[in-house]
Parts: sequence; structure tokens; C-alpha cells
Amino acid sequence: MKAICFYFQIHQPFRLKTYRFFDIGNDHYYYDDFSNDDIITRIAQRSYLPANQMLLDMIKANGKKFKVAFSISGTALEQLEQYVPEFIDSMKELAETGCVEFLSETYAHSLASLEDPDEFVQQVKDHDKKIYELFGQHPKVFRNTELIYDDDISAMVASMGFKGVITEGAKHILGWKSPNYIYNSPVVPKLKMLLKNSKLSDDIAFRFSNPSWASYPLTADKFINWIAELPQEEQIVNLFMNYETFGELQPRESGIFEFMKALPRFAAEKDIQFWTPSEVVAKMKPVDQLSVMHPISWADEERDTSAWLGNTLQQEAVHKLYSIGERVRLCNDRRIKQDWYYLQASDHFFYMSTKHSSDGTIHSLYSPYDSPYMAFTNYMNVLSDFMIRVAEQYPENIDNEELNSLLLTIRNQENEINELNHEVEMMRNNIVKDTTGDFPVKEEADAEEPAKVEKKPAEKKTAVKKPAAKKAPAKAEKKTAAKKTVEKK
Amino acid sequence: MKALMFGWEFPPHILGGLGTASYGITKGIAQNGDMDITMVIPKPWGDEPTEYAKIVGANCVPVAWRDVNWDYVQGRIGNVMDPQLYYDLRDHIYSDFNYMNTNDLGCIEFSGRYPDNLLEEINNYSIVAGVVARTIPCDVIHAHDWLTYPAGIHAKQVTGKPLVIHVHATDFDRSRGHVNPTVYNIERDGMIHADHIITVSNLTRRTVIEHYGMPPEKVTTVHNAVEPLSQEYLDIKPPHKHDKVVTFLGRITMQKGPEYFVEAAAQVLHKMSDVQFVMAGNGDMMEKMINLAAKRDIADRFHFTGFLRGKQVYEMLAASDVYVMPSVSEPFGISPLEAMQMGVPSIISKQSGCAEILNNVIKVDYWDTNALADAMHSIIKYPAMYNQLREHGREEVSKIVWKKAGAKIIDIYKSLINK
Repeated sequence: MKAICFYFQIHQPFRLKTYRFFDIGNDHYYYDDFSNDDIITRIAQRSYLPANQMLLDMIKANGKKFKVAFSISGTALEQLEQYVPEFIDSMKELAETGCVEFLSETYAHSLASLEDPDEFVQQVKDHDKKIYELFGQHPKVFRNTELIYDDDISAMVASMGFKGVITEGAKHILGWKSPNYIYNSPVVPKLKMLLKNSKLSDDIAFRFSNPSWASYPLTADKFINWIAELPQEEQIVNLFMNYETFGELQPRESGIFEFMKALPRFAAEKDIQFWTPSEVVAKMKPVDQLSVMHPISWADEERDTSAWLGNTLQQEAVHKLYSIGERVRLCNDRRIKQDWYYLQASDHFFYMSTKHSSDGTIHSLYSPYDSPYMAFTNYMNVLSDFMIRVAEQYPENIDNEELNSLLLTIRNQENEINELNHEVEMMRNNIVKDTTGDFPVKEEADAEEPAKVEKKPAEKKTAVKKPAAKKAPAKAEKKTAAKKTVEKK
Repeated sequence: MKALMFGWEFPPHILGGLGTASYGITKGIAQNGDMDITMVIPKPWGDEPTEYAKIVGANCVPVAWRDVNWDYVQGRIGNVMDPQLYYDLRDHIYSDFNYMNTNDLGCIEFSGRYPDNLLEEINNYSIVAGVVARTIPCDVIHAHDWLTYPAGIHAKQVTGKPLVIHVHATDFDRSRGHVNPTVYNIERDGMIHADHIITVSNLTRRTVIEHYGMPPEKVTTVHNAVEPLSQEYLDIKPPHKHDKVVTFLGRITMQKGPEYFVEAAAQVLHKMSDVQFVMAGNGDMMEKMINLAAKRDIADRFHFTGFLRGKQVYEMLAASDVYVMPSVSEPFGISPLEAMQMGVPSIISKQSGCAEILNNVIKVDYWDTNALADAMHSIIKYPAMYNQLREHGREEVSKIVWKKAGAKIIDIYKSLINK
């Protein structure tokens, strides 16, 4: 018996508008709303929405035997919520069938896993929260931005409680091994690895409508036969691709939707099932350990991270960005947090790639810029402005540790005050309920002086809780003092 | 295969890019082997490089018969021409040009520059071409730029061999649209008579097709290349300096778009103070530019060096952090390639021909001073930008060699001869 595991990626970055250096310090809005709206709406109409309908039909037609998984980045979700809300509804409908699993990833589709472990953890949490809010699922399997993965990442992923991770079946990692098994990480053996079957995935995603391809035209019958003919022991075929494959990369008239719809019928004939990644993780045992020393991804021929970090421009931009990571995480400004996520999207760095600039292939195809240099200039201008804003919140001359300890004191005090207030409140209620008359409290007094509520009753019941009452005002003073020092600096 | 070329300038005595390109083309063709090139220029000085092409000076070609002895010829023009060739040429005088202003050897004097009586000089040059074409056997005729088109046509009529004309620029580039009808007619006449037209960029090719009405199949683009710089220039140490230097280098004329450079400089200086701008070169718009810089209140950071020659050019480049060529219309534009060889990041206008073959430069529309200023700022401000452009630019330009251009030209020759 064999199984196919489908997983689709949906991601859109917030593209930046043309941002000149003289805007630095003056203009704090960075996004090209028009093209973001235009692109997401177009892709949704041509691909996401019809593909969702297709999946829904397939699930209904096959009695829930057909299952898929999605990985939707936080930035894509935000854009879809804003510009194509009907997609979110249709996704919810899919989620309700119980045949769709949502995977975890970084909220901003970022490179944080390579550059900033703290940021990485934070973003994964934020993403999972968003998925839960929208679709009511807690993701159990992790897939990193563009399937970036190495041993270090596996340790981080496992420590967050994930049981499985999805990555690329890169040839230079696998060697003679087959991607059609489950492997585990040598660092954390309990973490199972699902590897993309590049050949079969790309047959659908890239070669499907290419008439010069030897196997053209690809039919569901033929495709399922290829899988059925795999050696008996190779049980799982992981087909991972961009969701745009349906309707955008492979246009509707190529017959891609009909191809998909026919898959379950032929699969059933050959006794091939459809599993979600967490089912795979639960049902299958790893056959071997697979060590990945250097990061791999699903991009380009090299299957490494050179598409985002291959040249000096990209390295400079990424390092500048993450150099302020700690600082940004300290601040609470909502707009700064938002921009911080949007600026981390790996796409911004992809546009700066100078790989293949001579033959102008895939990199330039997706870039809104004329050249990598333009992409860099624009991004760095935006980043300069962003860094100024962060510095305004917390001046650069206070170092992170000092700032951190001050902020920690403030936060601890805040927590403590809240706790104490809560306690006081409880006590007060008890007193009010106390009808014995030992501790009489005037209701009117409370109503007249609500501001003093936290203080007054506490003083009155000194006999009951003296230490707490003393602590609260003292701490409160300290807190304002601490805040003042920060402001001064 | 024998090629007879007509040129106007040849290094080391050059006035613009034409001479450099003509030399590069002869070299590129010769490097592909089995080619015999004769280059006719108006006035050789005797120090021209002759390893790739034989040089014939038009001012040493007799058009009227004079009875002079070997020693006299040797004494007069021996430094630039073999006396035997003088006698061979004298045997092929085809008409009596004694009415013309000829000298003691029966030759017409040429300035070899761009004098006021340029049209007369062009005409004289084509008279001389008749003698040369009758004397020196060739398989193909190749004329460089409009000044030599009449000579090329004449040579074609005499020999019946195919004529290739090489368009290094058109009057549409030089005049920003205000075309001189006389020049236009000479250019168009050359193109009509030519068996094939070579242009230095697709931009020029389009001009030739659209403005001169040439059939597209007759016009081929062969991009220019660049000579590797001598070690002497590459070794020039940049001077010690506090400020970043942004340089404009070229003739200060309408065609080169100097005003956009000044406007962009004003924008950059509005935001940054540690930058100096240099406008190196000479031209009819220089005074206007000095006034403009003063009007924008940036004269303290904006410098005019006047005309730079020879090594000075490379010293200027070595001292520069950014090179800018905002040309309104540039058929090719070889100087950004030289800047890249010196490791200077370059910003060029999309309206220049070299933009078609360069990747590791920044390309902007010449009129988009915001984008131009932004690009300058980016190179000055972000070290990664500077380094990436510097290293990749150097590598890229080292692959643009004349030999490839030469091979393309030979293919054109062959297709014409076999027709």
C-alpha cells in the first residue's frame, strides 16, 4: 500500500513601493498597495478560488478519502483577508471538512531560521496563533520558508513541540537514497522528516503543460501508474508545490484541474491513499537518519540558500535587518511590529539575486524591479527609515542589555501590581460580603474615589494583609521612576 | 579576405569615441585570423599602431601627377607611407584634379579633425578614395561613420565590391532631434548604397530603421567592446580624500544630459554633506552648467575640471566613487565600460546603447533625476552596493572583448561576398 501526501504553499509578500532616499525620515508607509491588491486578487481569481472549489468537490466526491495540507504565510493571510475575504471563507469551508491540514511556518515567510533563532520562535508562534484564529487548528507539522532546513533548524523545530518537518529531497543530501521514505534528524531523532519528491512534484508544477516534454501530455492515469510502479517498500510520495500551480503556472485551459480531479479515482484503483503530513508522521517509521550540515531549500538547481543569501547585497541587507531584531522585539509599537514582519519576507532578498542575471531566468520573472541593484537600493532606503523609527523608540546609546533589564523591571512591576490589585479586589469583595460588622466598609466612599480604590481598602485592612499593602504603592512609585529614566535617556 | 576600411579617427590622436572603436574593430577582425585590412584615415601622424591594419593617409594619396623622385617622397612622407605605395597610387589617378588645391606631391591636405569646412573635406576624402580603391585590391569595403560614407560609395562604384557601413552615431543622437538636413542626406545616401549596415546598438538600429527608412533585414547590431586597460592605468592609486566623489565625464553638450546630473546632485546634497560632484570635460553647455550649479546653491561641492586628456582621465576615475553617464541619446557609450574597468560603479541612462549589454550597472531614465539621485545615494551610502557593483562590474566588462565583435563582422562580410 502506498500513499500520496499533497501539500500546497500559499505566500505573497507585501511589495514595497518606490521609496527614494529623500523619503527616509519623512515617509513611514512602505507598501505598494495597488500592486499588492492587484496581484493577490488576480491570482486568487485565476488560481486560489477555483482550486479551492476543486478541492472541495474532490473531498465531497471521494467521501473524505482525499486529503491535502496547506501552508499559508501570515502575510498572505493578511492580504487575503484584506483584498479577497471570500477566499478565507472558502478556506474555512475546506477546513471544516476535516480533510485539510494546516502546517506551521514563519509568519512573515522569513529567513529568521537562519539568522535569528528568537525571532524564528516568535514568528512560528504568531503564525500558529493566526491559523488557530482563522481555521481552528493547531499545526503539528512544520515547514520552513521555501523548505529551508538544516540540523540546527531541526533542533529548534523539535523544541517547539513539532513531530514532523517538511523539506526538500535535495539530491546532494540524499545521494542514492530515495525521498519516498520517512527519515529522522540525527540531532533530535524523534523529529521525522518528510522529503519532497522533486521529480513527481515538478512534473505537475512545471512540466505539466510543456509540449516539448517527453511525457507530454500528462494524464492522471499515467501519473498514478508511475507512483504504483515504484518499489514496494517506497510507500510515501510527497508532492509539494505552490498553490498557484493550479490556474496560474499551469493555466486552466491546460486541463490541470481535470487532471487533479481524476487522480483519486485512479489512485483508488491502485490502492493508493491520500494522507496529510501529520498522518504520515503518525503512521510511518523512519528508515534512517539524514544529516543536513548546510541549509537546503527547494529553490534553483543548487537547492541551497544562495537565492536569498548568495551575494553581498543580500547578505548586507539581511544582516542589517536582523541586527535590530532584539530591539524591535523589545518595543510594543504595533506599526513597528507590523513593518518588521513585512520587511522580513524572503522575497525582498530574492529580488536582489544576481544569479543568472545574464540569462534572466526565474529571478527576474517574479521581481517587480528592473535589476537586483534597484531592489537593493529600494529595500535599503526603506530599512534605513525603519531603523530610524526603531532608534527613536529606544535610543541607540543604551545597549540592549541595559534596556532589557529596565524593561524587565517595568514589566515585572506591572505584573506584580496587577496581581496585587487583583488580590486587593478579592479581599475587598470578601469584606463587603462580610456582614458580621467587624470590618465595616462604606460603599459610597468607593464610588466617590474610584482612583484610590487600590490604596484605600488596603490601608483599612492592614490587619489582614499588611505586607502586600505596603509593597504596592512602593513598587508603583518605582515603576514611574524607571520609566522616567528610560525617557530621559 | 581583404577589407578596405575608411575611417576618420585612429588612436592615439583621437577626438571622440570613433577612433577607439575603429581601432577595436580592426583588432577584433584581425584576431579572428586570415584578414588583410587596409585602413584609410585623413591624416596619420606616423605613430598609429599598425599590427592589425595597414594605415593609408588620405593626405599622402596623390590625385594629381607630380614628377618626384624616391628620396624626395621618402623625405616628405616616409614616416607614414612606403614610397612604393605612393608611386602605385600615382599610377591610378583617374582624372585631372590639378584645379584643386594640391601640394607639391599632388596630394590634398586634410586636417583630420572636424573643421568648419567639414563638408569640403568629406568631399575631398571621397576623391582620394577613388584612387585608393583603384590601387589596393579588396573583397569588401567598410566605411566608419557618416564622414566616410561618400568615400565608401565611391569605392563601391569603382570596384563593384560590397559596401558595409558602420553607424557609430546618427545625427538624431547628436542633435536631440534637430537634425541637420545636409548631414541627414549624406547619412541616408550612405545607407541606401550600402549592401549592409552595422549599428553599434539596437537603439541605433531602430533609429536607422525608423528615421532613415532602411529595411530591417539590412541592419545588424554589433555591440562595441573595450580594450583591456594598461597596467599603468590600473595601478593608479586613489588619492586620500574625506568625501565621496561622484563624476560626470564627457563632453558637456546637450547629448550627454549634463543638466540632469546637476539636478540629481542638488537632491543628493540636500540630504548628505560629505559628497563632492565633479563634471570633467568641456563643451558648449559648460557655462550654463556652472550657472545652474550656482543657482541650486551647490557650487561649493560641485567642481568643473575642464578637458581631461590621456592619463588624467584614469586618475579622475581612480579618485571617483560613482561614475554617471546620463546621456539623452548615446549610440553606444564606451566610457562606462572604462569606468567599470577601473572598478568604479556606474550609473547609465537607459537611453544609451551600452545599457543593452551591461548588467552590473544601474540603469535609469535620463530624465528621472529622482531615480538618478537615489542610485547615487545608494552607492555612496551602502557599502555592499558599492562592492558588488565594483567586483561584478569589473568581471563583466572583462568579458566584453573585440574578438567577439570581430567574428560577427566577418560573418557579415562572408554573407555579402557569397551573395
